[in-house]
Amino acid sequence: MEAAVFILSLVDCCALIFLAVYFIITLSDLECDYINARACCSKLNRWVVPELVGQALSTVLMLVSLHWFVFLLNLPVAAWNMYRVWKVPMGNMGVFDPTEIHNRGQLKSHMKESMIKLGFHLLCFFIYLYR
Amino acid sequence: MSSTGFNSQNGPGGQPYANGPFQNQVALQPPGPGYNMTHQPPYNPMQAKGPMPPGPGLYNSGPYQPIPPVSSYQASPGQPMLNRPPMGSPHPMTPPQSTSPCPGPRMPPAQATPAPPVSANSYYQHPPAWQYEALPLMGAPPPMGALPPLATAPLTFVDNHVTSSPSLAPPQASSAGYSAAPPPVYHNAMQPSGPPLPLTSLHRYTQPGSAPPPMNPVAPPHTYQPGMTAPYGHPSTGLPPSMRPTPPPMGNATPPLPFSPKTDGHIATPANGAQVPNSFDHLETGPKMAGPPQQPAPPARHMGLSYPSLPPGYQNTSASPMHHPMQAQTQPYSHAPQSYQQLSAGPAQLSPSLAGLSLQSQTPETLRVVNLLQERNLLPPGPVTPPTPCLPQDLQKINCHPEVFRSTLTSIPQTQSLLNKAKLPLGLLLHPFKDLSQLPVVTSSTIVRCRSCRTYINPFVTFLDQRRWKCNLCYRVNDVPEEFMYNPVSRSYGEPHKRPEVQNATIEFIAPSEYMLRPPQPAVYLFVLDVSHNAVETGYLDVVCQSLLENINALPGDSRTKIGFISFDSTIHFYNLQEGLAQPQMLIVSDIEDIFLPTPDSLLVNLNECKELVQDLLKSLPQMFGKTMETQSALGPALQAAFKLLSPTGGRVSVFQTQLPKLGVGALKSREDPNQRASAKDIPNLSPATDFYKKLALDCSGQQVAVDLFLLSSQYCDLASLACISRYSAGSVYYYPSYQQQHNPAGVECFQKDLKRYLTRKIGLEAVMRIRCTKGLSIHTFHGNFFVRSTDLLSLPNVNPDAGFAVQMSIEENLVDMQSVSFQAALLYTSSKGERRIRVHTMCLPVVNSLSDIFAGADVQAITGLLASMAVDRSVTSSLSDARDAMTNASIDSLTSYRTSVLTIQQPGLLAPACLKLFPLYILALLKQKAFRTGTSTRLDDRVFAMCQLKYQPLAYVMLMIHPALYRVDDLTDEGALNISERAIPQPRVQQLSVEKLSREGAFLMDAGSVIYLWIGRNCNPDFLTQVLGVPDYAAVPQNMNILPELDTAESQRTRAFVGWLREQRPFFPILHVIRDESPLKASFMQNMIEDRTESALSYYEFLLHVQQQVSK
Repeated sequence: MEAAVFILSLVDCCALIFLAVYFIITLSDLECDYINARACCSKLNRWVVPELVGQALSTVLMLVSLHWFVFLLNLPVAAWNMYRVWKVPMGNMGVFDPTEIHNRGQLKSHMKESMIKLGFHLLCFFIYLYR
Repeated sequence: MSSTGFNSQNGPGGQPYANGPFQNQVALQPPGPGYNMTHQPPYNPMQAKGPMPPGPGLYNSGPYQPIPPVSSYQASPGQPMLNRPPMGSPHPMTPPQSTSPCPGPRMPPAQATPAPPVSANSYYQHPPAWQYEALPLMGAPPPMGALPPLATAPLTFVDNHVTSSPSLAPPQASSAGYSAAPPPVYHNAMQPSGPPLPLTSLHRYTQPGSAPPPMNPVAPPHTYQPGMTAPYGHPSTGLPPSMRPTPPPMGNATPPLPFSPKTDGHIATPANGAQVPNSFDHLETGPKMAGPPQQPAPPARHMGLSYPSLPPGYQNTSASPMHHPMQAQTQPYSHAPQSYQQLSAGPAQLSPSLAGLSLQSQTPETLRVVNLLQERNLLPPGPVTPPTPCLPQDLQKINCHPEVFRSTLTSIPQTQSLLNKAKLPLGLLLHPFKDLSQLPVVTSSTIVRCRSCRTYINPFVTFLDQRRWKCNLCYRVNDVPEEFMYNPVSRSYGEPHKRPEVQNATIEFIAPSEYMLRPPQPAVYLFVLDVSHNAVETGYLDVVCQSLLENINALPGDSRTKIGFISFDSTIHFYNLQEGLAQPQMLIVSDIEDIFLPTPDSLLVNLNECKELVQDLLKSLPQMFGKTMETQSALGPALQAAFKLLSPTGGRVSVFQTQLPKLGVGALKSREDPNQRASAKDIPNLSPATDFYKKLALDCSGQQVAVDLFLLSSQYCDLASLACISRYSAGSVYYYPSYQQQHNPAGVECFQKDLKRYLTRKIGLEAVMRIRCTKGLSIHTFHGNFFVRSTDLLSLPNVNPDAGFAVQMSIEENLVDMQSVSFQAALLYTSSKGERRIRVHTMCLPVVNSLSDIFAGADVQAITGLLASMAVDRSVTSSLSDARDAMTNASIDSLTSYRTSVLTIQQPGLLAPACLKLFPLYILALLKQKAFRTGTSTRLDDRVFAMCQLKYQPLAYVMLMIHPALYRVDDLTDEGALNISERAIPQPRVQQLSVEKLSREGAFLMDAGSVIYLWIGRNCNPDFLTQVLGVPDYAAVPQNMNILPELDTAESQRTRAFVGWLREQRPFFPILHVIRDESPLKASFMQNMIEDRTESALSYYEFLLHVQQQVSK
């Protein structure tokens, strides 16, 4: 049981790492002008919900297996993901909005967020691995 | 002799490059240039393919011609003494080259601008600066400059001075001395594979055959030039040549090395090819194709230190004193000298002391301390004029007009932390497609642009010599194409700095085919008309059809112009206007869920070929729906249909909508609660309710379709959602609340006039705009109607002359070594005649490093305009109260910063520099503006429309909407009148917006941008009533009076001339309302009395007290 939970978490975590890297790559493509804002945002918005689900999954798994520390570690990130989706204004096209991504340094803050998540997932990855 | 010198030098690198003239120049360059130099060779050949100016002939033969004579010749006439290089280096050739740039009147600018990315650069730039401009300093700085540097200065340097002292051009001399070391390196770069031929003459001969092909061409032009230029160059007196010459001292020799000849060659070619990019982005873009990094950026600091050593030597020169007077003249501000000096004297170290100097001498007018609590009449009698940047006069003279390009701070802070300290927003306001009375247009097969950042050549670039110019944005050194050497205006050759591109900050190019992705699109106009019951009731169809009929021949376009019509209620109606039909055919599509085009080919028709059918349609359209009972409107599907129809070509969709769309996709619900209109709390629903319109707008933008929205409605229409369709497709929004043909004739007239302007104004199709700024600055937020496609590229399917833009900037890298920064907005568009054109605006601003200078250069109107745009964003993303707080804080913060950091003497009261004295007033005006006011009943659509206008209107018009102008008009006189086309336009004084300024005996005109009020006092002078209004007495002034009768009296003529003049100044038509005490409009007139207290808002004085309280906390 214990092993199964961690293997599942590990796989989930790998997926999230890949996703975070994908976000970073796509955002930096936009930064360097290799793709246009519209394409970038539609690519990224597609993966916002899967990311949320993946994060929620590992959070729930930890809860079920009663690993409180790891659960509490995961909870804020999962909450943030949901909050982010929830707070998207009605008129926007998703978390990443092509008309606003170049404004008010949004691109940079998205980038920063993805970086932090990447770090977090890597941390989780090793926690799961050595547990 | 020179040859020997070369040989010795060549030793290490093996540089054959004997083209004397350049050598020197090269040597003078900072490392960067040297490396660039290498590009030149490959590049030139390419140029040659262009039309051959007189030059080429010479050029070809060049190799055989001047040979040895050149070198000797140059050496002697130019500056015999100076050149004498102790080492026998190549310098003798320099003079002609160096001189050539100098003679031009724009030499000084060149100096001012040259950016010192490289230490070396700043180093020798100063000499010129000193000579030209820095004189005032001279007296003061010597002590500081003199001693330490001398110690550091290399021996050679001293020698140079000695030699040069007799002549006027010491710097050159020094250069000669210095050059000994560096030249070889550069040469090396230039002729990598060539045989190490020392002699120029030899070199030329050999070239045709032996040297590597790409390189060869370069040489000939050089040889050729000296001959040409020499005559010009020499007359310029010894002084100018001195400019560039000083070669980098010792250290410099090394930097160039890294750029090996080979790499350079490689780079050069690709870059060249890359000039023809294949997407619009690329067309306007550049960064990607940037060559290798330009700036080797060698030790910048120590150079700066060594710099001061120069001045002592220069002080001796006669140049300085004579320039002084000129300088004084040029400076608009008394503190000018200070910034001037900073300009000229690049190194940061100098500035503080200079600032001190200037400050003690006199405080500039813009920094005069004003106690706002005491000064009652703040407004200048006439319009508020934008501050003039503290640039040398010759630069300022050619700088971009402030109506086109304006910065919130006319002195750019050196660092972000300095900017943060000033608490003022940094941004640009643009009106790039403004109708201009004078616009130089250049047709040329090669448009000269920086090869790394793609900046267009502009008046603020530096010509290093005749053959190379240094980009003022990225500091790359580019070569001047052969074609550019010929000046079509003066029909002379060899004066690239006199070309129109370099003489005008605003210029238009006719673009060659590289700037097209597809053949230029024709002008295509599609009209989408709401014909539901509600729309027919308003009667707008008559006006639209009538205006179109009248202006159908004035629609901008050529023989390919296309036109089409769609009308919609709960179904979509298309009109088949195919040539050959007896009358227009209406096709109804009732499946609005899945819209399709019934006959894709014949819905958009050629206007010229089918004009009669179109006219038939326009005549019958208003009657066709007279009895319609359809009340719903399916705007969303109609827009989709329009998009489908236009997507193959691109073009303009004009949508006329009169009610909330409730059918099909994009259906909206009423979100306004009328009881909350006057709420003092937050206003909800300022953001769009659906992303449908935004998505559709982006689709449109991708297909070069712009959507202009005309909203004529008396009820809530959710403009917040609908406006998205125009905002992101670069359209415009027009809003006519309570439009009604019968009951609101004034509104009808306004609509008619606006429509006429709309139909006949210029149009730019499939446009993109890129705003570039000097390295170190970056744009982070954009305001206006467009879609930001990539970091600095605005996609504008249509651009119209009435659109304004704003951007916010931050300082990413310190601008420490720079004296000035430049901004360039390039708008690439297709004219209605099917020409691809590029309109380029360039603005240059000084960089300063003290807070007081920043405040002195603050442009209060631009700041207000930018803050308004930022506040609109804030109220949409956050909340209205946040936005209001932010605006209040902006004024508090900046005044606090002024008080704590700039003011040396603390006095009681609310102190502001003179240039910001209107700031609190404008902020208060914004707080009371329709867009941001609370507590006063404001319809949601009105508010949203006001916000749209703040973001989209050019600053000149926005300012009146924020802070109306009040004039007393019952006593107009011809005194001080403007004379425009033989009409005298009286210029009454602008009054403060306070009821205390009104008097019952007078008549007052308030110009609020989109509306003009004429308020008649109860005891108004009877003469005015009879002679201007044509009524016997006050009681006879009608309730709804919108026209001034054309009476044959002097007073009437004056008043009408004045009102007419006010109206002519803007592209929309302000309605005139004559009001008296009982008029229902009196309330809106009084709401514009910004300085007075209202139930819900502070008076100006109260606001000041509030600000003061916060400031002195």
